[in-house]
Amino acid sequence: MSKPRLRREQIAERAALELPDGAYVNLGWGIPNLIAAYVPNDITIYFHSENGILGMGPRAKAGEEDFDLVDAMKVPVTLIPGAAFFTQDVAHMMTRGGHLDICILGGLQVSEKGDLANWRVPGMKGAGGIGGAMDIAVGARRLIVTMEHTAKDGIRKIVKECTYPLTALECVDTIITDLAVIDVTPTGLKLREVAPGFSPEEVQAQTEPKLHYEGAVPAMPIAAR
Amino acid sequence: MNADFDRKMNQKNKVYESVDAAVADVPSGATIMFGGFGGAGFPNNLIQGLARSGVNSLGVISNNCGTGDGELGILFKNHQITRVVAAFPGPGATHFQEQFSAGKIELELIPQGILCERLRAEGAGIPAFFSPVGVGTDVAKGKEERVIRGQRCILEQALGADYAFIKAYRADRMGNLVYRKAARNFNPLMAVAGKITIVEVDEVVETGTLDPESIVTPSIFVDRIVVARGLRYV
Repeated sequence: MSKPRLRREQIAERAALELPDGAYVNLGWGIPNLIAAYVPNDITIYFHSENGILGMGPRAKAGEEDFDLVDAMKVPVTLIPGAAFFTQDVAHMMTRGGHLDICILGGLQVSEKGDLANWRVPGMKGAGGIGGAMDIAVGARRLIVTMEHTAKDGIRKIVKECTYPLTALECVDTIITDLAVIDVTPTGLKLREVAPGFSPEEVQAQTEPKLHYEGAVPAMPIAAR
Repeated sequence: MNADFDRKMNQKNKVYESVDAAVADVPSGATIMFGGFGGAGFPNNLIQGLARSGVNSLGVISNNCGTGDGELGILFKNHQITRVVAAFPGPGATHFQEQFSAGKIELELIPQGILCERLRAEGAGIPAFFSPVGVGTDVAKGKEERVIRGQRCILEQALGADYAFIKAYRADRMGNLVYRKAARNFNPLMAVAGKITIVEVDEVVETGTLDPESIVTPSIFVDRIVVARGLRYV
């Protein structure tokens, strides 16, 4: 299957459509970090940064950086009107306590039941790092995972049971990949959309658990580029 | 002589002349927690003071483990640290990663929000608490599990240290602290969880000049203050 899948920016573009106007949102590392750039101009999202900012705006312009005003990845950022600073425990009251509307994390594996593994590849060099992912995954009111549908070696990442170290059990609501949008439901994985040019059967072939769908599955709305 | 009484008698003179004087009594083998996240709010001057003092076998509690030689990196580079509690050591923590991979450092990796709550519990006199974070994962290993309000939870212990090294923007002479923007992060939490809390600040102002409404860390949690500019960002 050599058809082009969506690029990471296009996964981010699709994920941005899940954010309603006025939502309080946390974006994790990797593809989630690209999403803010695709929020339409006519809506306002209050981005939460786990180092203690709610209402984080775009990256600071060159020459205007303040290195006390950074995101969790050390990037100098700005604030939007209504922003607030707070201590780290308050930042995680917001995640763990279920106060954020939507959280979007990267993923290494997601299971049929919505278990998430996203912090360590077995056998990798170094210590790995949990960061805020476990607090976010447990507490998120709605958790979306954005990731490539399969690993670079073609190995499936949407699996019956996770084999990588877990982040949290039964926490994922929606998976957005370079091939599909999939909802995790009590009756299994529901295929909501497929990437343009792909059939549900082709997506199923790249997915270990059974995907449920009826009739024609719509294509993911991605701006033509 | 009662050590707590000694400390109390010293409260009127918390301001130290130099970084080196502020860290002079830290012994080898001490446990120390360090504020800072995302390059902001690290007590970099106090860290450099420890590098100069040459103490070793330190146990550290910190969100991450340095960036190259910066932040905590210098203490790992000097092999002064043997035990770590962290949430995200970080791929840029090259000295830590190398020594961890060589089996020279003992690491307890914990979720970031649970690190916060364990510090807060220590400061609040709560020895342990139940939380749903980490249930069914590696961090639940060896911890008591219980179902509370229908949710699986694990028992987490309070986490303190001999010293807390923190960074604030401004202190008054009593040790009331205000912070700047996202440099606040873990600092106020560590201030309450260290037996001796040492803060480096950009400036010290006269007691009574900070707006009481704006004080984030009340003076009761602060033992030593040192003005240390420069080396703010590594």
